[in-house]
Amino acid sequence: MSDLAPFLEAAVRTATPLLIASAGESVTERGGVINIGMEGCIIAGAYAAFAIGSAFPGAGYPAGALAGLALGVLLVLFSVTWRRDQIIVGTALTMLALGVTGTLFRARGTETALTFEPAVVAIPLLSEIPVVGRALFAQPLVGYAAILLVVAIWFFLRRTHAGLSLRAVGDAPEAARAAGVNVERVRAAAVLFGSVMGGIAGAALVLAQAGTFAENMSAGRGFLAIAIVALGRWKPIGVALASLVFGAAMALQFVVQSMGWSIRYELVLMIPYVLTLAALGAFGRGVAPAALGKPIER
Amino acid sequence: MTELALLADAARILEAFWHGSVGSSSAFFSGTLVRAIPLIVIGVGVSLAFRAGVFNIGGEGQLALGAIAASIVGLTLPSMSVLSAIAALVFAAVAGAVWAGIAALLRHRFGVLEVISTLMLNFVAANLVSYLVRGPLQEPSRIYPQSELIAEAARLPRLWMGTRLHFGIAIAVAVAVGAWWFLARTAAGFRLRAVGASPTAAVVTGRVNAGRVAAMALVGSGALAGVAGGMEVAGVTYALYENISPGYGFSAIAVAMLARLHPLRVIGAALLFAILETGALGMQRDAGVPAVVASALEAVAILAVVAFSGGLQIKSWRLRGATEAATP
Repeated sequence: MSDLAPFLEAAVRTATPLLIASAGESVTERGGVINIGMEGCIIAGAYAAFAIGSAFPGAGYPAGALAGLALGVLLVLFSVTWRRDQIIVGTALTMLALGVTGTLFRARGTETALTFEPAVVAIPLLSEIPVVGRALFAQPLVGYAAILLVVAIWFFLRRTHAGLSLRAVGDAPEAARAAGVNVERVRAAAVLFGSVMGGIAGAALVLAQAGTFAENMSAGRGFLAIAIVALGRWKPIGVALASLVFGAAMALQFVVQSMGWSIRYELVLMIPYVLTLAALGAFGRGVAPAALGKPIER
Repeated sequence: MTELALLADAARILEAFWHGSVGSSSAFFSGTLVRAIPLIVIGVGVSLAFRAGVFNIGGEGQLALGAIAASIVGLTLPSMSVLSAIAALVFAAVAGAVWAGIAALLRHRFGVLEVISTLMLNFVAANLVSYLVRGPLQEPSRIYPQSELIAEAARLPRLWMGTRLHFGIAIAVAVAVGAWWFLARTAAGFRLRAVGASPTAAVVTGRVNAGRVAAMALVGSGALAGVAGGMEVAGVTYALYENISPGYGFSAIAVAMLARLHPLRVIGAALLFAILETGALGMQRDAGVPAVVASALEAVAILAVVAFSGGLQIKSWRLRGATEAATP
């Protein structure tokens, strides 16, 4: 049992970027857009945070957010303004981001060994609770920010007029338009918010988790985020719980390594993806926004 | 840097691109044409699936399963001359179809978006290959993460001496022509196009089971990606490796989009992207330009096609179907 506390700590750390990305994606999808480019937002945010953060410490997170925003602007232009297919555009944006970040990273050459040491902020007393204390109350700042983000999204969707408009645009865009909502603008805002969160998730991956950049380091987290949103049934609390489950599944690899178990490492790496498929099959029939993936009729 | 030096640099990069892709017969036949083979075969599969409104973005995983199946056949089945190679490709097709079939089943039975499931299956497949080449299928000395070489009989014949161009190019062209014939001239092809164009209208006629047509399109495109994977093992590498595909499954989406989902045009588009990719590799070798730049260029090609072809509106009935089924 002495290994449980470090495992939970690793699980929460691993879940943080997933949580930020899937919280952002849930808002985008609530507005009726599925962002397959989320994977691209994460890798773009990760590279920007690495490259800019190496030169200007402290600028990592804003740089990541801007990189995500840039991809979000493209998705808005193609899929909201021009009403092109969201899935094809999103796939292209992911390829674009992987290609561009890979090219820039290799072109950097020798100065790639930079590493970041994430600063952990421990809350006195709470962080000394046995087993879960350090996992929940001794995190990098971005970990606390991720929890606040979930609360903020819950409040926004449930308690504000703008949140109501967003849900209306995702469920019944024609009706929302008839009621005077500028549906294109709401969708654009939802896409941009999600993309910025994707960029910040990538920055968190570099600055608070891995400590450096590697090609393809997003490793499918953007795709997992889309699956997590479906598993969490498009609700903030559900999305948070599903993120934590996946963080734990991904953290299993560290346990296997440190325990020297005889399970093949590659089989452990499969677990999060197999789990996604099984879980979606079992509980995936949530209530998706009715207009998800559809361009708005004019 | 002076302008002259920049010009010289640009000239050197272009020269490297030329040498890598089409500048010599060995570059063209051993590099570019060999690379076009999987792009054609998977690109045709992607075109069929997209035409039916099914978003199969799991070509990469289906290819990996095909490569695994062909390797197992080539390593275990006794040699039966040309039948061995045929068996390798047939099993590769079946493996790819089964892998896509998982996504089809999840979609049909449980309403899981194939966009998500095919992507997840890509990661499962990649880890499965890693496991096999470090575990049960690892070469006997147990040093390298790769399988033993497959039997000679299971290999695809080279077309002419001195180049690496293999029989797969003929299969690829036959697949493209066959798919064109299927879409344009058969009743099943017509149903597929009808479901893609307007699933509700197709169902209203009472003669089309849209769900089944879409599932078959997904499974069929998986079979083609599986064949492509089988041909990589049987025609190019002769062994199972990790990363046996440098992203063919995703490049094939760019190929299909550039061909505007027309099977015959896929051949030309695949050739173009093969030139782009081998040229980029040449630039990496001779001019130090990272080859991943090709992936960014392919993405730009997809976006350009999508932007300029308003008529190419694919109906993602899947997303609609899922939400309708889920609404209480």
